Amino acid sequence: MGKIVLKSVRKCFGEVDVIPSIDLSIEDGEFVVFVGPSGCGKSTLLRLIAGLEDVTSGNILIDGVDATDLPPSKRKLAMVFQSYALYPHMTVRKNIMFPLKMAGMDLDTATRRADDAAKVLNLTNYMERKPGQLSGGQRQRVAIGRAIVREPEAFLFDEPLSNLDAALRVNMRQEITELHQQLKTTMIYVTHDQVEAMTMADKIVVLNAGRIEQVGTPLTLYENPVNTFVAGFIGSPKMNLITGPEAAKLGATTIGVRPEHLDIVQSGGWNGVVGLSEHLGSDTFLKVQTDVVGTINVRAGGEVKLSHGDRICLLPQVGKVHRFGPDGKAL
Amino acid sequence: MARKVTNTRKAVVTVIAWGIGLLIFFPILWTILMSFHAEGDAIKNPLDMLMSPWSFDSYAEVQTRSNYALHFMNSVVISVGSTILALIIAIPAAWAMAFVPGPKTKDLLMWMLSTKMMPAVGVLIPMYLGFKNMGLLDTRTGLVAVMTLINLPIVVWMLYTYFKEIPVEILEAARMDGASLRSEIIYVLTPMAVPGIASTMLLNVILAWNEAFWTLQLTTHDAAPLTQFIASYSSPEGLFYAKLSAASTMAIAPILILGWFSQKQLVRGLTFGAVK
Repeated sequence: MGKIVLKSVRKCFGEVDVIPSIDLSIEDGEFVVFVGPSGCGKSTLLRLIAGLEDVTSGNILIDGVDATDLPPSKRKLAMVFQSYALYPHMTVRKNIMFPLKMAGMDLDTATRRADDAAKVLNLTNYMERKPGQLSGGQRQRVAIGRAIVREPEAFLFDEPLSNLDAALRVNMRQEITELHQQLKTTMIYVTHDQVEAMTMADKIVVLNAGRIEQVGTPLTLYENPVNTFVAGFIGSPKMNLITGPEAAKLGATTIGVRPEHLDIVQSGGWNGVVGLSEHLGSDTFLKVQTDVVGTINVRAGGEVKLSHGDRICLLPQVGKVHRFGPDGKAL
Repeated sequence: MARKVTNTRKAVVTVIAWGIGLLIFFPILWTILMSFHAEGDAIKNPLDMLMSPWSFDSYAEVQTRSNYALHFMNSVVISVGSTILALIIAIPAAWAMAFVPGPKTKDLLMWMLSTKMMPAVGVLIPMYLGFKNMGLLDTRTGLVAVMTLINLPIVVWMLYTYFKEIPVEILEAARMDGASLRSEIIYVLTPMAVPGIASTMLLNVILAWNEAFWTLQLTTHDAAPLTQFIASYSSPEGLFYAKLSAASTMAIAPILILGWFSQKQLVRGLTFGAVK
């Protein structure tokens, strides 16, 4: 079991109200991603759940038990840190076995469990090495190994992939997702990378200035953002947010069109000039200076051969235009 | 671009460095040289002294007149004992100051250091009377306690500086892994801070070994360390330079050897955190 419930959780650092008040329920076995821009309070929220920070008010329930005042060691949670936080003076084996040693487990069982974890994470050949002798990816695997041997109620990941290079990040992302499918344990994952959020999560929690903007599945957030913040944050490239007469025509203050929902047509729609053209092979990203709605981003197929200075006409796909009111909320 | 160093510049710097080094070492060297001469020769002018016959007579006389072994053991017990005691107190204190600082932690650290700015003689009378009333005069226990208290601010400061260099996430990871505060300090913090702790230990042993003010005031014979042993050769009847030098050489030899072998560790520890 790994159900975590936050009830009116509030956190202040001195005079600064970092998290005004949050209510959230994370179901057993769910992969939940906290996503938001830097300084939005996502890591603080994770640390509150871990017990590394004390809540100012509110309650944290883990499996129905009030864990608000429990120390981190008693919450049955495991955490993987951004900087790996391995014990540099211990070998990989000792790092992985450390939580079991703290739990008072006998040496034989602990060794067996560490070996099993190493097998799952392809670390068997590195067990006698120290963290300083490992690559970034291997270190992150050791950190995950140290977390899984405890068989915790839930895993907490604090931007675990941000220190890795792009290629390794994709691999590790897939490995963590597979690990979740294999273990079926609750995972809470903090990231500022919305691609990680979209690809890994069962449920995404979008945070902004310590407040939850929207909670939902990745596709819900993509298809039905509740406000302009979520609309602009989820999706890559970002949604085009357009104000002015074009929005007013549709009875909204702001309209949002995703770059992939704009068709290049022969005539009609929004006329403009291609400013920048990025050919990725599979896709072409265009930055177009239009006559009526300003600069907008377009995601076209890889076969599109437009380049700087070409004139084009853009037409939003039917039913793919999001409308937002004066308060930024979806209409 | 790296600065170009000419050979002449290198030679000049080397000569100056050796000059300063020898100047610092000269009193020790002269003490050692004097100790190998007869009492009459030791007070001659330097050139005559060096030309006069060399002997171990002063060492032999010091050995018969004093109980070197007793003073040596007292020095060992006082310096090592006070160092261990100071570390037991200072490690948790420095942990708290480095990782869970309060709003007044910096003030507290400054206050601790300020006790070192006061002249020791200022508290001589109350300390002496306190020791007398508690029956601690001329006891190793008393000396261990006083040395611990004297050096504690420096030990806390040094450990605090080393601990500040340790990433707090590693300690948080230990907490998440189920470590209690005690386990966190024993299994994670202390092994990671070994270089810092070792240099703090060495420095504290050296300071306690060389401390003369309190050892001279609070001991007479039973608990008297090597500082008292040296002082006993500086008598009102006249100075016996050769014997005084022999006693001094015997007193400083152990700590000099310890310092020689541990100089790398000592320098590394003292410059810890200076360059990241």
